[in-house]
Amino acid sequence: MLAQLTSGERQLSIVVLILMAMVGLAMAAAGRGDPIGVHGFIVLAASVAMIFVMLSALNAPEPSTERLDHYYDDPSKVGVILTMIWAMVGMFFGVWVASLLAWPDLTFDAAWASFGRLRPVHTSGVIFGFGGNALIATSFHVLQRTSRARLPDQFSPWFVLLGYNLFCILAATGYFMGVTQSKEYAEPEWYADIWLVIVWVVYFAIYIRTLARRKEPHIYVANWYYMAFILVVAILHIVNNLAVPVSFGHAKSYSAFSGVQDAMTQWWYGHNAVAFFLTSGFLGMMYYYLPKRAGRPIYSYRLSIISFWGITFMYMWAGSHHLHYTALPEWVQTLGMTFSLVLLVPSWASAGNALATLNGAWHKVRDDATLRFMMAAAVFYGLTTFEGSFMAIRPVNALSHYTDWTIGHVHAGALGWVALITFGSIYCLVPALWKRERMYSAKLIEVHFWLAISGTVIYVFAMWNSGILQGLMWRTYNENGTLTYSFIESMVAMHPYYIARAFGGLLFLLGAITGSYNILMTIRGHSQAALQPGDDAPQRHLAPVAQPAE
Amino acid sequence: MPEFHRKIERSAIGFVLAIVVVSSIGGFVEIAPLFTIDNTVENAPDMRVYTPLEQAGRNIYMREGCYACHSQMIRTLRDEVERYGPYSLAVESKYDHPMLWGSKRTGPDLARIGGKYSDAWQVAHLINPRTVVPESIMPKFGWLRENPLRIDDLGEHLAALRDVGVPYTDDMIANATQDALGQTAPDGDFAAGVVKRYGQATQVRAFDGNPAIVTEMDALVAYLQILGHLTGAAQAELAVQPEDGK
Repeated sequence: MLAQLTSGERQLSIVVLILMAMVGLAMAAAGRGDPIGVHGFIVLAASVAMIFVMLSALNAPEPSTERLDHYYDDPSKVGVILTMIWAMVGMFFGVWVASLLAWPDLTFDAAWASFGRLRPVHTSGVIFGFGGNALIATSFHVLQRTSRARLPDQFSPWFVLLGYNLFCILAATGYFMGVTQSKEYAEPEWYADIWLVIVWVVYFAIYIRTLARRKEPHIYVANWYYMAFILVVAILHIVNNLAVPVSFGHAKSYSAFSGVQDAMTQWWYGHNAVAFFLTSGFLGMMYYYLPKRAGRPIYSYRLSIISFWGITFMYMWAGSHHLHYTALPEWVQTLGMTFSLVLLVPSWASAGNALATLNGAWHKVRDDATLRFMMAAAVFYGLTTFEGSFMAIRPVNALSHYTDWTIGHVHAGALGWVALITFGSIYCLVPALWKRERMYSAKLIEVHFWLAISGTVIYVFAMWNSGILQGLMWRTYNENGTLTYSFIESMVAMHPYYIARAFGGLLFLLGAITGSYNILMTIRGHSQAALQPGDDAPQRHLAPVAQPAE
Repeated sequence: MPEFHRKIERSAIGFVLAIVVVSSIGGFVEIAPLFTIDNTVENAPDMRVYTPLEQAGRNIYMREGCYACHSQMIRTLRDEVERYGPYSLAVESKYDHPMLWGSKRTGPDLARIGGKYSDAWQVAHLINPRTVVPESIMPKFGWLRENPLRIDDLGEHLAALRDVGVPYTDDMIANATQDALGQTAPDGDFAAGVVKRYGQATQVRAFDGNPAIVTEMDALVAYLQILGHLTGAAQAELAVQPEDGK
C-alpha cells in the first residue's frame, strides 16, 4: 500500500506526523497529572509508530503513473476493516451496558468499568467508530465512481481516515478516564474536537477537489447526501462544542452556553447528528449501492430532490422536540413539533423511492441477502421516521420522554436502518474492492441477516414494552388522587425487558461477528482477475466538463 | 423543478452554498432569539453561583456519566410536580455550563434532590446503592470516598467559568481552594470565608463524615445537596399558580 504513495506524499506524511508528535509531546508535558497528559502520550505514540512505518518505505521506488488509471481504493479497504472492528467493539460494549441494567454488579469494581463511563464508549463506538468509518470508506468509493475521477491525491484520504480514527480512540480512551463534556453524542473534550475539525476540513477538501475533476456533468444524488453530511456535521460540531478550557494542561472545559440556550443548542446538535450523521450519509450509501445491487435505476429523480432538500431544510428545526414541557419557551417547542411532523414527507419520499426502485427486482430481494439487508434498512427507515414524527407530538412525548421508548426508537434507527444499510453496502463493496467474484459465503450473509433482524425486533419490542409501561406507571393515580407507584416499583418492572434487550443486542453482535468472519475470509480468498479492468476506472484522458452550468 | 435542479447540481460550489444556507435557517430562528428575548430566563435575584466544592462535585457528576440515567428537569406535568416538586425554571440552570437536563430516567429526576436525604444516606447509597435500596440497579461509587479531591486548580476552573459568563468575583477565584477546604471543615479556619462569599445559607459540613481530608465524595454530596436550592424562584412560582399542572 505504501508503495503507491509518491515520494512527495511520503515526505509530506512524515512532516505532518512529526508535527503531530510534537503536539502530542506538548500535551503530555502540559498535562502531567491530568488525563490530557495520557492523551498526549497516545498521540505521540501513534505518530511515532506511523513515522517508523513511513520511514521503512521512504526509499521505495516512485510508483508508476499507471496507478492513475485506477481508482484509489486502499483507504476504503482499510476503512471497511476498521468499520467492522469498531462494530464489534461498539456492540460488545452495548451488550455489556445493557447487561449492567439487568445485573448491575456484572462489572469490575473500578471506576473505568462503571456504567456511566462505559455507556459513551458504546454510543461513540457505534456512531462514530462504526458509522463514521463506514461513511468515510464508502464515500471515497462512491465519490470516485459517480464522478469518474480518481481521488485528488493519495495523502489526504489517509489523513482523513487515520486522523478520524485517532479522534475515535481519544474519545473512547477518554471516557474510560472520565473525560467527557457530558453533551450526549458530543462527549469528547476540546482538543479532540479541534482535531476533528482539522480532519473534517481535509475531508471536505477531498470532496470538492474530486468533484472539480469529475467527468460527469451532474453531481450524482449520493454525493448530495455525502456533502450534506460533511457540511452540516461541521456546522453542528463547531457550534455545539464551543467551550473554554480550564487551561492547556486540563482536559476539562466549560461549555460556552448554559441552561436553556445550551439545552437548545445541544439538542439542535443531537437531533441533527441523527439527521446528518446517521441519516444523510447513509442515504448516500443507499442511493448508490441499492440501485447498483438491484440492477435498477432510482425510481424517481423528483422524489430524490424533494427528500434531499426537505431533509436538509426541515431537520434543523426539529431538535426542540427533545425539550417538550421543559423550561424551553413554548414557541420553540411548537416549532420543533410542527417541523418534526412535516419531516415525515421527505423521509417517506426517500424510503418509498428506495422500495419502488426494487420493483422488478423483488426476486433478487428474495434470493440475495445482501440486497435484502438494504431493503429491510429502507423499511426500518420508513418505520423509524414515522415513529419519530409521532413521538415528537407533545402529548405523546409527555408519555414517551425520559423512558426506554426513546431508546427503542433510537435502536430501530441505529440497528434497523444504519447498521443494515451499512452491512448491505459492505457486502457489495468488499468483493469489488478486493477484486473477488463474490463474498466468501452467501450462507453466512443469510445467517447474519436473520441474526440482525431478530436481534433488532427483540430489542425494539422489549423497549416499546418497557418504555410505555414505565411512562404509564409514572402517571398512574389511585382512587385517593395520589400517585400509585413509587419510582423504584417502575424500575423493578423493567427487569424482564432489560434481559430481553440484552439478548436482542447479543444476537445483533453475533451477526456482526459472523459478518466480520465472512469479510475476512473473502479478503483472504483467491483473487479473481477476471473482472473487466477497463470498466471500473477513472476517465483520465477526457477533458473535464465545462462548469458551472452554462 | 427538475430543470432548475439540473442546473444547481452541475456546480459543486453552488451546491455547497445552497446546503449551508438551507440548513442554517432553522438554527438561527430557534436558537438566536433565546439569547435576546428577555423573558426566556426568569429573573431571580436570590440565584447564587456554585461554590468551588459544589462545582467540583458537578464535574464528578459529569465525569461518572450520572446524567445518562438521571434527568434534572421536572416537566410542567401534574404527576412530575407531585413526584419531584415544582417544575424546573430556566433560571435554575442559568449557571450550568453545560446544562444537565438529561434525556433519560433510568433512575429518578434529581433536580430537587437536595436536602431530601441526609449526607450519611447519600454516602452509603453512593458506596453501594443496594444497601439502602435493595432493588436499585445503580453502579457503586465507593472509590469516591478514597479519592482526594484535586483542589489546587479550582481557581482556574472558576476563572474559566467566569470567561463563559458566570459572575465569580476576583475574591471567589483567589480563594477557591481555601473555600473548598472550608466548606468541608466547619470548625476549620476557612469556614467563615465560604459563608461570607457565598451566603448564609451555604451548607458547611463534613459531607462524607470525615473533616480531615476533602474527598471526591465530599464534592459530589455537596453538589447533590444543593440541587434545587440555588434559588427559591420555582417554589415561589408554584405558590402563585397552584393548579398549573399542564
